Amino acid sequence: MATEHRTSADDDADEETQLPLGVSIAAAAVSAAVLLPILWLVKTGLDVGFSEAIALLTRPTTLEVFVNTTVLVTLTTAACVLIGVPLAYLTVRTDLPFRRFWTIVVSLPLVIPSYVGAFAFVSAFGPQGSFQRLLAPLGVEKIPEIYGLEGSILILTLYTYPYVYITARASLKSMDTTLIDAARTLEHDRWETFKRVTLPQIRPAVAAGALLSGLYALADFGTPSIMRYDVFTRVIFVEFGTFGRDTATLLSLQLVAVTLFILWLEARVRGEERTTAGGRSRGVVSLGKWRYLAMGFAALVAGLALVVPVVILLSWLGTASTAVNQSLAFQWSYVTNSVVVAAAAAAVAVVAGLPVAYLSARYDGLLPTAFERVSYIGYAVPGVVLGLALVFFGSQYATPIYQTLYLLVFAYVIRFLPQSVGSLRASFLSVDPALPEAARTLGRTSVGAFRYVTLPLVAPGLFGGAALVFLTTMKELPATLLLRPSGFTTLVTHIWTAYESGYFGQAAVPALVLLFVSGLSMLVILRQEGYDVK
Amino acid sequence: MSNSTQTPVESNAKYRTDTASDGQTEPLTAGVGEDVVLELDDLQKSYSSEPVVEGLSLSVREGEILTLLGPSGCGKTTTLRLIAGLERPNGGAVRLNGRSVSGSTFVPPEERGVGVVFQEFALFPHLTARENIAFGLKDRPKDEVDQRVDELLELVDLAGQGDSYPDQLSGGQQQRVALARSLAPEPEILLLDEPFSNLDVDLRVEMREEVRQIIKETGVTAISVTHDQEEALSISDRVAVMNDGEIEQVGDPEGVFQHPESRFVAAFLGYASFIPGYVSGDVVETDLGTVPRDQIHGLAPEYDRTRVDLLVRPDDVSVRRLDCEGVEACGNVVARRYLGPTFLYEVELDTGESVQCMHNHDENIPDSGPVGLELDADHELAWFPREQRPEDDSRYSD
Repeated sequence: MATEHRTSADDDADEETQLPLGVSIAAAAVSAAVLLPILWLVKTGLDVGFSEAIALLTRPTTLEVFVNTTVLVTLTTAACVLIGVPLAYLTVRTDLPFRRFWTIVVSLPLVIPSYVGAFAFVSAFGPQGSFQRLLAPLGVEKIPEIYGLEGSILILTLYTYPYVYITARASLKSMDTTLIDAARTLEHDRWETFKRVTLPQIRPAVAAGALLSGLYALADFGTPSIMRYDVFTRVIFVEFGTFGRDTATLLSLQLVAVTLFILWLEARVRGEERTTAGGRSRGVVSLGKWRYLAMGFAALVAGLALVVPVVILLSWLGTASTAVNQSLAFQWSYVTNSVVVAAAAAAVAVVAGLPVAYLSARYDGLLPTAFERVSYIGYAVPGVVLGLALVFFGSQYATPIYQTLYLLVFAYVIRFLPQSVGSLRASFLSVDPALPEAARTLGRTSVGAFRYVTLPLVAPGLFGGAALVFLTTMKELPATLLLRPSGFTTLVTHIWTAYESGYFGQAAVPALVLLFVSGLSMLVILRQEGYDVK
Repeated sequence: MSNSTQTPVESNAKYRTDTASDGQTEPLTAGVGEDVVLELDDLQKSYSSEPVVEGLSLSVREGEILTLLGPSGCGKTTTLRLIAGLERPNGGAVRLNGRSVSGSTFVPPEERGVGVVFQEFALFPHLTARENIAFGLKDRPKDEVDQRVDELLELVDLAGQGDSYPDQLSGGQQQRVALARSLAPEPEILLLDEPFSNLDVDLRVEMREEVRQIIKETGVTAISVTHDQEEALSISDRVAVMNDGEIEQVGDPEGVFQHPESRFVAAFLGYASFIPGYVSGDVVETDLGTVPRDQIHGLAPEYDRTRVDLLVRPDDVSVRRLDCEGVEACGNVVARRYLGPTFLYEVELDTGESVQCMHNHDENIPDSGPVGLELDADHELAWFPREQRPEDDSRYSD
């Protein structure tokens, strides 16, 4: 998957080639379906009425939500960079002891859904939490407040810094170290070299990772809710629950606008990349006695992010059996329910992603690009907003499928279509266009060439994309809460119910199952990206 | 038009007449002869209004190997793709065995009966060598397919490698599988797109010979595309030199090399210097001395008392002495380039013209300073009318 093939001829041939009609119609249909709920949300927003909308949007609470969100996203992103970049540097460019071990361990927090982490931290470090009980005999009566902004930043940073870590690491690994040698011979010391050579080279990758972290923080519903910090996602959910439909709609639109603004900003900055990859990469920086401090740093991050929640979950496991409330008892049907909807979402997302990915990988031009962009709308629409839009749409215009699994699966597909399209597109790009052409000259029709040459070659990407959608769907929280048919319980909704009702112990089994499932998803990502830990 | 005794005109196909009898040049569009397999008729192709192939016409005879030779971006690969049906022309026609396949109707590649060896071979990575070769043999009984595949593996000398996957084969072996695969369905015409560009230099020379041999053995008509003049001259029966989407000259390799019809062809094939001269009676007076008129190929009487340029290759000129005593041409060495067994010298003549000459590496000629030069070609020289000389000479420097 290393090389991208666009054309085989020395003259660029693709741009005016006619688009295949059937595939284009399929891609257009997918785009329309994906756009529908968002357009519906916009329409609902417009129905609110101008003066009323202004009044709602300029309420002090609305402004407060906006400021809160901005602060949370900015600080979380900054913290992710401050943790992710040094860890990447330590595991790639230095002689940190047990480098391979740390490389894996500090990527692992990605496995833990942030709401599970938040849940565990509240239980551990909250008032009357296990940590405080532990310290009580020592006369400690109060520990710093975990709720609110600080807690939200802590949790979101611990579980999203791996995005920065992984991208920064990849770019450090592919960076040509002769550049560093060159700078050293030009009379730059190690720190100056890092600032003037290494940093500019890895900046685009760090920015890409920071974008993922920032967007995650912006869209995350579980963490701020558990931390009781009023950001867009939490307030939208609360307003919706208390029939503040207009406010929920307007806040949703505002949230989407903020997301689009960040994406636009990123696209603008990205155009200025001037980096080279490849070349030789050798030699590491010797840490000397600093290596103990470096190990301590890595151990602290991993300990907080991994050990705390796992220990807490395991300790709950012991209390679960003594549950008072029978209706909260864990049932294995929750696992089956999760698996069934996730499998359905994965299958549909791959089938819907195929025409979009194929067109965008094989053809230039306005339409293929537009279809691809539209398919990425799931990135820009947080789950809580998407859930809300589909509730409005479903309850008014699609009553036959409202409160059914069809609508829930539809929501998952919109949300995670980018994963399947991205994975499929990369696979299509890795297939040399000369291969289907060769099949044509050997007597196959275009359909035959696709069936016997292209499809077998993109199969790994197809299954990889499906696996990613499957596993992320299993973890999805807000849209599931909003759209599940009544009486339909999945692992995730069960954890949420346990949290809301205060019977934390009931969340242990489903949370551990989720961790296991997420661990699998990590394996898939690692295999897909060819992530080597050497 | 150095090769004909007719009025030289601007190098342009439509003025050329049939002088095929001397084995050097042929008309670009042959009449519908019995042995013509492929005909390109005024073929046009452009991408976003950028013309890539402009009014290209060409006939290919049965059983020959013809090479389209030209610099990158001259449209040669596009021409190949137009023949294969992988691109649709904007104008003109492609006829295979007299049947129009591009033009008024468009026949898709799978129905054309063309075999293609792609630049990077385009072997199906998920199939073994055998399965690759058998790919084009569908709808045939299994034992027939097996027999044919064995035959081809034998032909390309890979009998033991049938079950290897492409990534287990060396570059040369991949090349052979690609060739066998394209030959398996017995195509009417075989197209090779820069077939050797993907191989190491040593292997390239070896594979050239081998591929030519295999093609000749099967008797298939082949069109190859390359920017490597050595490759073109060594594997082809005929060479078509392309420039800017048009064919400049078609002929057998020696003819095209020795008697280029345009300055472009002269400069593209090997090193070339153009020495100004004046046609005066029985001689041409040049900066390198007078040249007898009968040593100039086909210099027509109309060119008496006009200025011409003679094409001089580096081996046609030599340094006689290291000063200017008693020689007809004198100049200064301005550059020396080491080409392995020989040195190529660039000499600026006192008249301001520049000429290249070649000497053995053991002959001691300094890389600067005055030299006395002599023209000592033992073959006919090509010439071009003076007014043809372009403003900007740079594109003709090797």
